Amino acid sequence: MAYLELNNVYKTYGEGDNKTEVLSDINLSIAEGEFVAIVGFTGSGKTTLVNLINGLLKPTSGEVLFKGTPVVDTSHERGVIFQNYSLLPWLTVGQNIYMAVKEAFPKEKKSVLTQRVKEYVAMVNLTPAFNKRPKELSGGMRQRVAVARALAMDPEMIIMDEPLGALDALTRGNLQDEILNIWSKDKRTALLITNDVDEGIYMADRIIPLKPGPNATLGPEFKIDIDRPRDKTALNDNPSYKKTRNAIIAYLMDIGEERKSVGTTEYVLPEITPKSFVA
Amino acid sequence: MEQEIILKKSRLSLSFLKPLVAKFIPKPNKGTLFSSLKKTGITILSIALFIGLWHWGAKALYNVEAEYKIEKALTERGVEAAAAERACIASGDSSCQPNTLPSPSQVWASLQSLIADHKIIKADKAAFVTKMADTNAKLIAKGKNPIVYTGRASFIDIVLTSIRTVFAGFLLALLIAVPIGIIIGLSAPLRSAFNWFIQVFKPVSPVVWYLLVFMIVKTLYIGDSTDNAFVISFISVGLCAMWATLVNTAMGVSSVDKDYINVAKVLKLGTFQKVFKVILPSSLPLIFTGLRITLSVAWMVLIAIELLAQSQGLGLFVWEEFQNGANDSNSKIIVAMFVIGIIGFLLDRLMLTVQNMVSFNKNEAV
Repeated sequence: MAYLELNNVYKTYGEGDNKTEVLSDINLSIAEGEFVAIVGFTGSGKTTLVNLINGLLKPTSGEVLFKGTPVVDTSHERGVIFQNYSLLPWLTVGQNIYMAVKEAFPKEKKSVLTQRVKEYVAMVNLTPAFNKRPKELSGGMRQRVAVARALAMDPEMIIMDEPLGALDALTRGNLQDEILNIWSKDKRTALLITNDVDEGIYMADRIIPLKPGPNATLGPEFKIDIDRPRDKTALNDNPSYKKTRNAIIAYLMDIGEERKSVGTTEYVLPEITPKSFVA
Repeated sequence: MEQEIILKKSRLSLSFLKPLVAKFIPKPNKGTLFSSLKKTGITILSIALFIGLWHWGAKALYNVEAEYKIEKALTERGVEAAAAERACIASGDSSCQPNTLPSPSQVWASLQSLIADHKIIKADKAAFVTKMADTNAKLIAKGKNPIVYTGRASFIDIVLTSIRTVFAGFLLALLIAVPIGIIIGLSAPLRSAFNWFIQVFKPVSPVVWYLLVFMIVKTLYIGDSTDNAFVISFISVGLCAMWATLVNTAMGVSSVDKDYINVAKVLKLGTFQKVFKVILPSSLPLIFTGLRITLSVAWMVLIAIELLAQSQGLGLFVWEEFQNGANDSNSKIIVAMFVIGIIGFLLDRLMLTVQNMVSFNKNEAV
């Protein structure tokens, strides 16, 4: 039995004439301990898909099963790292994480919880920033806080919604390694949503492209057969890496072309000529 | 040290004093000294210009009034009376001074006399208390009410009464508007249920609020001889001023960033936790903007309400001076005007300071 399973999931927004189907016929199955990446264009419904899995949204039809039971609400078993960090700006780094930890372990003593917060802050190398507010941190540091917050709740599955999308390339690389490190320690199941094919190949066991919406659906999966731990510098010379990367990009380019050719309406631009103010 | 002083000033939001403070601290950089001098100088210059214009305008009005008086004496009572009138005006005798906009110096003199008057009344009061100490002690021992000073209120007492009324009204507005605002902000059906109520009662004039409160309080106080003017005025002030807070709180609570709500859901916070740990902190800046408007509205409507309610505050003071028509009444009214303005300004700064302290986004509060 799959750990996470999506069966014929459809999601529509709006009613009547304004109805748009964002996701159509999504079928996905993730095994325990697996690291799966979903790659797609911006606006293809990736965030909607994530929210269906973490329980913030309900599918219009079809079912989302987590360990065999339907997902009806959010759960501490599925930790979420949001695209835009979503830290509470009036709380410090420590307080942001403490809030999550306290909800996840309501019966623990305060000292145990504080210890846990310190541990996870140290894990993402933010101990010096423990008492700072998100405003005072850089984007990469904020995202690390978000990672620490999600992991401190000790979820069985981590769902990441373009977690590194807003970061520069160097910080991104570092954080990818940090996330992989944490993931490999206790082999949690992980789902990564990204728009970066390289990131997907470097981190995941399996890559599934999401065809752009409306009516977004999942494409054929690509297995990544590269041994872990993967070496970023050596990756470029790996024939398997090159092959997979080219295949995925070719596929994405194709569906991108397809999408472009779907729209055939031509727009006539108005004739605009500069007006002379010198009478 | 220097940093500290500037920081303190800016926290009080008296930013226009900043250059002045900085001026007294030796600085190596000549350019900043010059620019800070310039900034403070412009403020001082504009005040001087204002007083100059006022002085000049008051003088012109004085002359118009004086000319008219002499002309009237001439046509009604002849040349001799006109000459006498002219001499009387020139002598500065209070019996024949033209009654018009007072000059800055007259207003300053009135302020001095009001303060002197306050000192006299204060001494009077102290003497009364010592004189009655024994009697009052006996009265209290017998279980009766002590005799209290019921003489004239001094200007300072009047100002304090006004401030007390405003704060009581503000507190009432806060206690009514913030909880209701939170509740209707959380629930869309309640929001539409309350909408007509807010839209209808928000534009009601302070005078009408006063009458409404008067009707109710008068009945509640039946058979009670104590003075209810203070109660009526602070309730009216609160009801007039609470709308900005109510609307802002409801808006702040209902428009919390979706991301924060998602965080609350993912962390599985309970309703209570969600409201107090996520929704309220994130709407605090808007709530405080509302409270700031409420306080300034409260101070603005206070004058009209005190006048109607006959509460011993600045509103009644202004009205009584106007009715009184004594020689220095006009300048006392102007003194009251400035006191009202300056206190209003200070109250606004006070709220801004509090707002800046609670606001997590320091750039948001303007």
